[in-house]
Amino acid sequence: MNLSLGPLLYYWSRDDMLAFYEEAQHWPLARVYLGESVCSRRHLLRLSDWLELAEKLTAAGKEAVLSSQTLIESESDLKTLRRIVSDGRFRVEANEWGAVRLLSEAGVPFVAGPTLNVYNHETLDVLAGLGAQRWLPPVEMSRATLASLLDHLPAGMETEVFAYGRLPLAYSARCFTARHYNLPKDDCQFRCLDHPDGLLLSTREGEPFLTLNGIQTQSAGVYTLIGELPALHELGVASLRLSPQTHHMGRVVEAFQATLAGEPVAADALARIMPGPAVDGYWHGRAGLEHSTEQHA
Amino acid sequence: MPLELICPAGSLVSLKAAIDNGADAVYMGFRDNTNARAFPGLNFDEAQAAEGLRYAHDRGRKVLLALNTYPQPDTWSRWTGAIDRAAKLGMDAVILADAGLMRYAVKQYPALRLHLSVQGSATSYEAVNFYREHFGIQRAVLPRVLSLPQVENVVQHTDVEIELFGFGGLCVMVEGRCLLSSYCTGESPNTAGVCSPPKAVQWTDTPTGLESRLNGVLLDRYGKDEKAGYPTLCKGRFEVGGETYYAIEEPTSLNTLDLLPEMLKTGIAAIKIEGRQRSPAYVTQVTKVWRAAIDAVKKNADAFKPTPAWQAELNKLSEGQSHTLGAYHRPWK
Repeated sequence: MNLSLGPLLYYWSRDDMLAFYEEAQHWPLARVYLGESVCSRRHLLRLSDWLELAEKLTAAGKEAVLSSQTLIESESDLKTLRRIVSDGRFRVEANEWGAVRLLSEAGVPFVAGPTLNVYNHETLDVLAGLGAQRWLPPVEMSRATLASLLDHLPAGMETEVFAYGRLPLAYSARCFTARHYNLPKDDCQFRCLDHPDGLLLSTREGEPFLTLNGIQTQSAGVYTLIGELPALHELGVASLRLSPQTHHMGRVVEAFQATLAGEPVAADALARIMPGPAVDGYWHGRAGLEHSTEQHA
Repeated sequence: MPLELICPAGSLVSLKAAIDNGADAVYMGFRDNTNARAFPGLNFDEAQAAEGLRYAHDRGRKVLLALNTYPQPDTWSRWTGAIDRAAKLGMDAVILADAGLMRYAVKQYPALRLHLSVQGSATSYEAVNFYREHFGIQRAVLPRVLSLPQVENVVQHTDVEIELFGFGGLCVMVEGRCLLSSYCTGESPNTAGVCSPPKAVQWTDTPTGLESRLNGVLLDRYGKDEKAGYPTLCKGRFEVGGETYYAIEEPTSLNTLDLLPEMLKTGIAAIKIEGRQRSPAYVTQVTKVWRAAIDAVKKNADAFKPTPAWQAELNKLSEGQSHTLGAYHRPWK
């Protein structure tokens, strides 16, 4: 198994984003997903900047993959998508079916992202026939369901599992960060920049519950499968996706790499650098916000 | 192009109410988790579905079957079995979300008409045309995220008929791309056909107010004078940055009656009413108002104005007795 750095889901300053990927060149990663997959208004890095980063990371020995936008609403969203598809130098992660159409028409092999809703063999087979070479199950999929799905895979298909980070749970036309500031979405003043790890949403009794990240809603809990690497390996999973956070991302990558290399599971050390409490309910077929204690055993 | 009115049928009584009050078509589900309203006591067994079809067809109307959850590997045959039954019963169309299931339907029943469900999350003409090219879909129901000019752009770039939600419960999130319910309870619309399922709801009277919880998570607390609504996860009050408010959405319903002339001009084929889980009385009243409104707008779109009586009637049926134009109207975003 190897490690992937998922697309950056938050909005950071240009300098912070460039510094982050500068560092990422030196992390033990097999591939890095790049590009803006959440909000079309975020433009501090343009597509040309992302392509330049992709070249740099390729030179550093990583596979660079361009992630497409998950919610396509306008003609200009489609224009960006067409530019990503037609560049042709890098693999593309398709995060909705319009991207699948364009990629299969162009004959470009692609990664089927977690929001394509692949829940069964037949849908995965449809995607394989269109050129998907790698796929991610929906983040809510349990180990048991994944095991059923992986009992036979289309030839050449590799599986990547979201294994660390706040879970991307929902997408909307509405921007919840702008709503928090009573700003219209079209004049959001880019308030996401003030919340590099998103905006915490708690219940009225102060329990952290969700994270608002513009039009995306994430979990407040940090999904982590670091205690499940032997099970993931046994299932035939090829790669683990680690989702970027503001601080200590390099240490997160190293913790997973060390565990992959056979060192004892560093769950407690990892817990200290997480931006929220650990959760893993989905993996065990339960509510996503639950957490099993067995991984600490 | 005719503008069809598509109404919800959670039971045979509701189906007849919709047909009697002017629905062009009704949509229903079988009695299991193959559809996104898998609530206890709701939906149709095979005999009831056959009777509903007879009732509708005798009156020149259509019945559509929602099979819009995502099949799981171990229970795949439940979904294909539902397609088989739909074809045998003579459903006028099946409403699907899953690409693998569409492939099955096309292969086995080439004459069966396919609609892309709102749960399929297609928000662009590229996505809609994907399903057209590969599975021959005839109609797509768009998620409630696009503004009307964006809807019009989709209509102009596809041969697929477009259906829009006009009234009823409002999903704030892109349908098919929302896992909030499974994060909280273990069951999502995609896999279980439910959102914020009743079995996970707890109500508790406390000294500080009536509390609603979903699998233990506090969704809201109501003061003495506040009216408590069904605890749908995204319509609770939460704390963000020290403020307590409806951080995602108010408990409100979608009502696009004011936009009907603009909706007609976009060239859409049908307007859908949400609410298979609602009572036959709801179906009767909503169908009656929307039938009258669609007839009026088709007669003269420029002079169309919703009557105060229609709006009053619909407001009575809305969640939280309030309504919104949703994403069709840009400022909502």
